[in-house]
Amino acid sequence: MSVTPQQSPRLAQQDHWRAMRRETPFHPRLSALDFRHDWYVWAGCKAPLSLWDEELEYFAIRSQAGLFDISPMIKYRIEGPDAEACCERVFVRNVARLRPGRVHYTAWCDDEGHVLDDGTLFRLAETRFRLCCQERHLPWLLDSAIGFDVTVVDETEAVAGLALQGPTACAILKDAGFAGIERLKPFDLAEFPHEGGAVTVSRTGFTGDLGYELFVEAADALSLWDRLWEAGARRGIRAIGYTALNRARIEAGFIVANADFIAAEHAIRADRVRMPDEIGLGWLVDEAKPHFNGRRAILDARRRGTLKHILVGLEIEGNVPAEHALVYHARKTEVGLVSAAIWSPMAKRNIAIATLSRPYGDTRNDDLWVEIYAMREGQYMKLMKRATVVPRPFVKLDRRTATPPADC
Amino acid sequence: MKRWDAIIIGAGHNGLVNACYLQRAGLDVLVLEKNDWVGGAAVSRSLTPGFIYSNCSYVCSLFRPEIMRDLDLPRHGLQVIAYEGGAVLTRDGDALANYRDHDAHRREFARFSARDAEAYDRYSRDVTRQCRFIQPLLMRTAPDPTSLKPRDLGELLYLGKKFAGLGAAEMAQTARFWTMSISDYLDEYFETDVIKAYFALSGIIGTALGPMSPGTAYILLHHYMGEVDGSVGAWGYARGGMGAVTQALASSFQASGGTIRTDAEVDRVLVRAGKAEGVVLSGGEEVRAGMVVSNADVKRTFLTLVEERELPEPFLRRVRNFKIRGSSGKVNIALDSMPDFPALPKDSPCLRGDLHFTDSVERMERGYDDWKAGRWSADPFLDVVIPTTLDPTMTSPGKHFMSCFVQYCPPKVEGRDWTDADRDAFGETVISQIADYSPGFRERIVHMEVRTPRELEAEVGLTEGNIFQGELTFDQLLFNRPVPGYAQYRSPIGGLYMCGSSTHPGGGVMGAPGRNAAAEILRDLKRGTPHMSPAHDVI
Amino acid sequence: MMSSEAARFDAVVIGGGHNGLACAASLGRTGRKVLVLEAAHALGGAVGTHEFVPGFHVSSLAHILNRLHPEMVAGLELKRHGLTLAPGPMPSVALSAAGEPLVLDGAYGERLDGAVDAADRAGWSQLRSLLFRQAGILKPFLSRRPPDLGTMSLAQATTLGSAALSLRRLGKEDMREFLRMVLMNVADVLDEHVADDRLKGLLAFDATLGAHLGPRSPTSLLGLYYRLAGEIDGVAGGQLLPIGGMGTVMAALARAAEAAGCTLRTGAVVRRILVENWRACCVVLDDGTEIRARAIVSAINPVTTFLDLVGARHVDTGFVRRLGNIRMKGDAAKLHLALDAPPRFAGLSETAHRGRLVIAPSVDHVENAFNPAKYGEFSPEPVMEITLPSLSDPSLAPAGACVLSAVVQYAPYALKQGWETGKPKFLAAIMAVLERHAPGIGGSVRHAELLTPADIEARFRMPGGHWHHGELQVDQMLMNRPVHGADGYDTPVDGLFLAGAGSHPGGGVSGAPGWNAAKRVVETRG
Repeated sequence: MSVTPQQSPRLAQQDHWRAMRRETPFHPRLSALDFRHDWYVWAGCKAPLSLWDEELEYFAIRSQAGLFDISPMIKYRIEGPDAEACCERVFVRNVARLRPGRVHYTAWCDDEGHVLDDGTLFRLAETRFRLCCQERHLPWLLDSAIGFDVTVVDETEAVAGLALQGPTACAILKDAGFAGIERLKPFDLAEFPHEGGAVTVSRTGFTGDLGYELFVEAADALSLWDRLWEAGARRGIRAIGYTALNRARIEAGFIVANADFIAAEHAIRADRVRMPDEIGLGWLVDEAKPHFNGRRAILDARRRGTLKHILVGLEIEGNVPAEHALVYHARKTEVGLVSAAIWSPMAKRNIAIATLSRPYGDTRNDDLWVEIYAMREGQYMKLMKRATVVPRPFVKLDRRTATPPADC
Repeated sequence: MKRWDAIIIGAGHNGLVNACYLQRAGLDVLVLEKNDWVGGAAVSRSLTPGFIYSNCSYVCSLFRPEIMRDLDLPRHGLQVIAYEGGAVLTRDGDALANYRDHDAHRREFARFSARDAEAYDRYSRDVTRQCRFIQPLLMRTAPDPTSLKPRDLGELLYLGKKFAGLGAAEMAQTARFWTMSISDYLDEYFETDVIKAYFALSGIIGTALGPMSPGTAYILLHHYMGEVDGSVGAWGYARGGMGAVTQALASSFQASGGTIRTDAEVDRVLVRAGKAEGVVLSGGEEVRAGMVVSNADVKRTFLTLVEERELPEPFLRRVRNFKIRGSSGKVNIALDSMPDFPALPKDSPCLRGDLHFTDSVERMERGYDDWKAGRWSADPFLDVVIPTTLDPTMTSPGKHFMSCFVQYCPPKVEGRDWTDADRDAFGETVISQIADYSPGFRERIVHMEVRTPRELEAEVGLTEGNIFQGELTFDQLLFNRPVPGYAQYRSPIGGLYMCGSSTHPGGGVMGAPGRNAAAEILRDLKRGTPHMSPAHDVI
Repeated sequence: MMSSEAARFDAVVIGGGHNGLACAASLGRTGRKVLVLEAAHALGGAVGTHEFVPGFHVSSLAHILNRLHPEMVAGLELKRHGLTLAPGPMPSVALSAAGEPLVLDGAYGERLDGAVDAADRAGWSQLRSLLFRQAGILKPFLSRRPPDLGTMSLAQATTLGSAALSLRRLGKEDMREFLRMVLMNVADVLDEHVADDRLKGLLAFDATLGAHLGPRSPTSLLGLYYRLAGEIDGVAGGQLLPIGGMGTVMAALARAAEAAGCTLRTGAVVRRILVENWRACCVVLDDGTEIRARAIVSAINPVTTFLDLVGARHVDTGFVRRLGNIRMKGDAAKLHLALDAPPRFAGLSETAHRGRLVIAPSVDHVENAFNPAKYGEFSPEPVMEITLPSLSDPSLAPAGACVLSAVVQYAPYALKQGWETGKPKFLAAIMAVLERHAPGIGGSVRHAELLTPADIEARFRMPGGHWHHGELQVDQMLMNRPVHGADGYDTPVDGLFLAGAGSHPGGGVSGAPGWNAAKRVVETRG
């Protein structure tokens, strides 16, 4: 027997290991704007934490427009005559109510009702959906498609994405020739022509501000970037990294998988998994809609009152961010952990997202404290600060929902 | 005549680990080794000028870090260099590579199947869960489920609680995992043959089972344990060859005042009134001691070193029924230059790791069918490493040592003893498989050592050449290892203990049996174990 | 055109096989109004008698009774309803190609007839009683729901505890031996006790019959435990040919069901199980008829039940995954020969011909027969269990003629070359083996019917042609049978129960799954 290498597309990809991090389709533009070399890895891609100045990048989101590369987001196309039924079975939220041309935020669970991930579901057409999320789920989605006339395709690398977020976002798009963009209401989506093809624009985002997300074939990515960049020049457009975005998302009260909760398929320890009600997503669950994964378990837990945790927004006295601080009741009983915290430049408050053990955070919200260990020049400054449960978002901006947006 | 506190029979890694702990507890310990070198199956041998071979065991992954620390092995020269990758070379000229980097690994799988690439995360999670469940058991003496002693009941309760802590779905899944074949288990995650073959390797190495045999999913854990929570790190080479492990142990032992005698083959254990009092060497010399600890496998210990009349019949029957099955061979090759594998780029990190030549679980299972019929596999499964790609101390620059672990290889050939001609034909089978994937391979060979179970048994004293000193099937695990009722390192003879891989938790260069046995011995002596650091937490 | 059944039932049982009828009859006796729907034109499922060529009748699939659930036989008064069993256990005969056969007489070899080494006689008697003692430990589990690990009730903990206690009652040595042996392969256990190849071959065959295992596969001993945990007519390990073929068992069950007020309907193909408000509410027949019931009990294949009748959308993805992971590809074929005259097996007495004749000359022979099955190839030297039912029951064949019924392994369902081309080749391989043991048999064959797993799938609606609706291996037992989440007869879909061989404790003509399922329906007020 002899072994002779044959030419095949599979063999042609053998050298992928020489570049261990994928560069997104926008990488040439990002690296041209990058002065800090402050990169991190997002879903196997090279992604910027900041490009120039994270402070300025944050304020771009809140007073001009921040341009953020969301290409590493995992994207699946779910398509076919049974697409709606299949999605209905997968997601906890009612999909039948999601009309074509609309987007909604949703979550999905395993059989035990533990959250696998959260994400946005785009209804691109009657029988075509796009799911955008943080983690990979192809085997789960394929197995969920058994018994449905539907196909599930990973389009993460095929489709590039940009988030344009901030008060001038609409005006920039309008200037860039996206006619009628101002008519898009929050969670609307529409297709616009671009380079002989199309770009899908939705009025969505992860900042709690006025903003849009744009999806385009990877081949057309750079021309889309240039189109926005040119139009945005006089409206303060700025490329931003994750540090700035993260601040904005905490202000908006959004949670991140494997940071604020552990996605069920990643949890090695049996007690780390969470039900939607335990991470503040109970409102998504539609008990009355047709069967969906985890329904039995979720309803059972609700009925029997066995939910153990709750995710809450905290306002903490003082101005020292309480990231990963322990939460106490009456200054001595440990009742939870802060998963994300910042000093909010918008709210001028010290805010945090925390997971508490019920009944704390649920029916017992008095006398909560966080213990902050702030490392200052080689010493921990130990602070015990009073915390109050507050509704999220911490920052609520009218411009996020105003249609048409003020500038347009 | 000097009376030692303890005699250890065999200077293998478990014998030395045991000896170190006993010596450090203040005992006066003598280690007796039949060969004129120490190390048992973990040795570096110079069999041809200019080359050092790890001619028996060849990979360091499972060695318990607690032991390394207690015995100060790094200071005594032990250095482990991690594999940089690995690959399975297939007949179509491609290779499935294994990269340490998670994303590179995923993209490599994606070349074969997008689904499998993503299924890998769930697979790792599930296997990790099982590892975490089993890992704490490695460094504990297995409880006797038929005992009513508080200690055994306490340990059983500990196990019960751990199991109950998994939750209903995971409990059901665990029950399945422990009894499934690796092949069936992998079918639940992956669709690509070569990806399944790659993972299946760990389910069969060292065992007389095929990947389709129930119980092989558990064996996978046995090979994965080293990677849990990064507490040990990945697989690696011992710098200077595997002898570095036992050299460091011997050095540590001697530094603490212990004595090693090589060329001292034990003929039998001296037993008087049901108590071990020393040993008789093959020359007739008697060496006396307060206790004897055998690093030899359970069959060798009780069927050849102890007289039958000293042992109760049910015990003897169970020892005779203990399954030690030779299933593997070893081919060690000195090369005058680095072999070329067209399926891999010359600078591929995979060459600095483990290489295999297979396409599917079926190909491996067919190799097992040959073994069942009493033949060596015509198309064997190889675990090939070239440690000299990362370790310059084993040969001169440009030259290489290649270690080929070969499965399956029967203890007898169609019922008769091995002959030299059989051995050479077996070696040829291995070389010709490698040459299929590496043009010009034969021409690079400077020297070659072929070891069948016959050689492994004769030199190392491993019955049938079995690397685990006994099959890792359920009937020989935990409280059943080596035999029910004697799974706590003691034997029916007072003062005679076992510390080899025949005992819980079993084989691999792990050291746990040697350490656990020392803990039991010191318990019997009512001595403390302050020099034994607690088993690592699994949190 | 949809029509709705006017009458409303308390329970609809899908599948008129022995488990379906056992469940229905049991439910009927509680006063429930029960309807049994059988797709075929006769009741019985895989347990029946059919005329495979004019004048020749044979048990369609299973042909020996060795584990009819005693609780059920008594509870349904099957004997009153016409169940007649031939007297005394029939012997098993280990045929040997070269030498004299070995006859295992009485209940699973109480006595060995034939030239056997004295040491083997002693070894076998020891092993036999050891196996019976150990099978006895597992026996209580047959008539109960599998333990519910998540929320184990006091009663269940007591069951487990009592099993543990029975362990302790065994004595320390026996208990140790059980804990060592329970997951062993049958070949090693045999080697530890006996040397006779014929005896070991037969036991190896029995342990692996109906399983995708060889005697050297770890856990294969469980097959033998399972067999020995069964009893017939009060005799543990006994085996019988029912007079009139398996059809009589069916007839008795059917009469018991009718006596309990059940309505039995044949030719009624269920197309869907409808779920309304997350609860199984009714079944829809092929002709569109909708039949509503408080409880819907499926005694057919579990995968078919959920994926084809209920639909994946009504259960969770993880559950669908588990269903897909059930291994259920059969390896057993069934051979029916219409013979001009009774065959003469070499060295066998007249009476021994009425026994169960096993061709499995050695453990290695069985193992070698298994090897090709792993790769989708049939055994070139198949192993088999033969009965000549017309010798004891002349009504089954024309005068002077003879019926041969054999279960033959290994015939993998997913044969690589396909059964269309493979079947004649496999039949030729079987006939070659038969000819060696019963010279001249080939010349007397008037008609041969070979049911491969593919045929069994089509004829009896058993996916994969698997007799047990799922491999009866340790990872598919107890709380993992058929899958976690549907292991206690009730299922994730309210109002829907499982009652077939795919459920605990598993297959064989026992009726235990159906009988236990009925208890669960009653317990949950379904």
